[in-house]
Amino acid sequence: MKTEEINEAIQETDAAIQEADSRESVTFGANRNKDFSKEPMCLSGRGVTRVFHTGKITTVAVDHVDFDFHRGELISIVGESGSGKTTLSKMLLGLLDPTEGEISYMGKPRDISTRAKKKEYWQGIQAIFQDPFSSYNVFHKIDSVLLDCINMRGDKNLSKEEKHALMTEACSFVNLKFAELTNKYPFELSGGQMQRLMIARIFLLKPTILLADEPTSMIDACSRATILDMLLKLRDETGMTVIFITHDIGLAYYISDSVYIMEHGKFVESGKPDKVMLEPEAPYTKRLISDVPKIHEPWDLSTVG
Amino acid sequence: MAKKMLEVSELTTKYITRTGENVYSVDHVSLTIEEGKSLGIAGESGCGKSTLALSLMGYYFAPLHYTSGTIVVDGKDITGLDPDVVRKTVLGTDVAYIPQAAMNALNPTRKVGKFIEDVIRAHELPMDKKQIREMAEQRFALLGLPVDSLDKHSVELSGGMRQRVVIAVSTILNPKVLIADEPSSALDVTSQKMVIKMMKDMMAKGLVKSMIFITHELPLLYNVTDDIMVMYAGQIVERGTAHEMVFDPVHPYSRGLMRSILVPEEGTRDVKLTAIPGTPPNLKHPPAGCRFAERCRYATPACRYNQPPLLEFAEGRSYRCMHSVDHLKEVYEGED
Repeated sequence: MKTEEINEAIQETDAAIQEADSRESVTFGANRNKDFSKEPMCLSGRGVTRVFHTGKITTVAVDHVDFDFHRGELISIVGESGSGKTTLSKMLLGLLDPTEGEISYMGKPRDISTRAKKKEYWQGIQAIFQDPFSSYNVFHKIDSVLLDCINMRGDKNLSKEEKHALMTEACSFVNLKFAELTNKYPFELSGGQMQRLMIARIFLLKPTILLADEPTSMIDACSRATILDMLLKLRDETGMTVIFITHDIGLAYYISDSVYIMEHGKFVESGKPDKVMLEPEAPYTKRLISDVPKIHEPWDLSTVG
Repeated sequence: MAKKMLEVSELTTKYITRTGENVYSVDHVSLTIEEGKSLGIAGESGCGKSTLALSLMGYYFAPLHYTSGTIVVDGKDITGLDPDVVRKTVLGTDVAYIPQAAMNALNPTRKVGKFIEDVIRAHELPMDKKQIREMAEQRFALLGLPVDSLDKHSVELSGGMRQRVVIAVSTILNPKVLIADEPSSALDVTSQKMVIKMMKDMMAKGLVKSMIFITHELPLLYNVTDDIMVMYAGQIVERGTAHEMVFDPVHPYSRGLMRSILVPEEGTRDVKLTAIPGTPPNLKHPPAGCRFAERCRYATPACRYNQPPLLEFAEGRSYRCMHSVDHLKEVYEGED
């Protein structure tokens, strides 16, 4: 390597690190430890139930759950596989109808009976899924993915330049370079980049509620902070409610304003993370917390059945 | 001094891509594990952890190729053997390997007991069906697994149970080294704990003499293994005991990893969570200097064109960085 090349590379690194300092660590805004109970209600449910029938077998996937999600709050729903997390999230998204109970959206009972009403509802709620690789249409290039979002939020009549500027802004928000992406297909990106592009979509759409179903479980622990930071920033900028579905208890403890613990379709415990995670009351929560390997406390292997 | 179970020196293996390029995913890796000890390997995806695990078996198939170095298991050199010989005389008896999605490896049309028969047959041991069955029952009872699961098909077992069955089957011949590549990453916390408990039991009972545990979940690694080794871009960048590595990492990369740990414990909500910017380098064209320099916030011009060697700076601790340990510690202290 020539000296010039090296110097150039060093300058690049320095610039990247400076940018990283502001971006790659999780910074909590004023919303950290805020009391959200006085904020207006965003999404709430009473006695929400979903029963599946397969032949003669009935499975109660979600069993009479009550919840209150406030505006701007970051809620984590924690549970193991089979606890009904995904069924609940599908009901929240309006992809599945509850067999019993009622969901209210912005203080009014949610009405998604017709296709048009459903579309209207989806302008307010958006989702990021676990597997970024299957979240995209592989036949569509990245710019068309983002263009769709612009059209969806009603900016169809903007000029080409304005649309371009919007897409560039969205990409730079998630630390991607739009100019390098325009002609690429989603599968040419890495998992982390794809997940970031997913957040760029959310940035364009600015929904009132974002449902994130295990958004970091396919991503390395070390790039997790970047994704989390972006979600938090989005929340601070737009006052969006974020519902985090996860099985990572350490993550839920770190990031949320309130936590719901789910077991066999029921919420067994809910409240502030400090209370739920550090002084759990329900036996299930106690077991869950004790099963997580920790750093400062010993991990008791003898309590396993 | 305890007996050395696994001694690897300067092992280098490469992938040959379809276009004929060489990718050295394991680059001059040396490590030793003593009897009764376990070693954890940490690193991001794409750092060569899993390739190292594959390479340590001495069983190479395209596109992975052996280049140089030696692997000695309990005094027996297993490098350069024919794959068929390796399968018959090394796998299962000297080295057992549990891949990431091991529980999907069970053939759904056969009963669990049959898999154990298969292992015995493959090694051409003089045992009849009854003896094998007795041995299997004894082993399952010893490990706390229900003996009736031997007569079940894999689909009848839960995920955690399947994983434990795979581990029990692959260690039936008491291997000297068990290599576990993310054995619990697809499981719930409770099933994960059961798998770990069983693996620790096997170590304590001497069924497995030593263990290599690969995962990117650091809190788990900290609780399972005695030592931790951090890999980056095919090289070892730091090694030390689990406690030292988590609480006192020296290499900037290890420090970055340790700062991404999240556990539900008091005080962790106030810690600043940081990410390491960028992605690991493409090993088709490895950087000329330190491989981490591009992403390292402490990199100097010297880091760009000098390859730092792996240096031992204390008993059992080594690191690969251009900076001195004292300098790095000073910088870290200034940051906190």
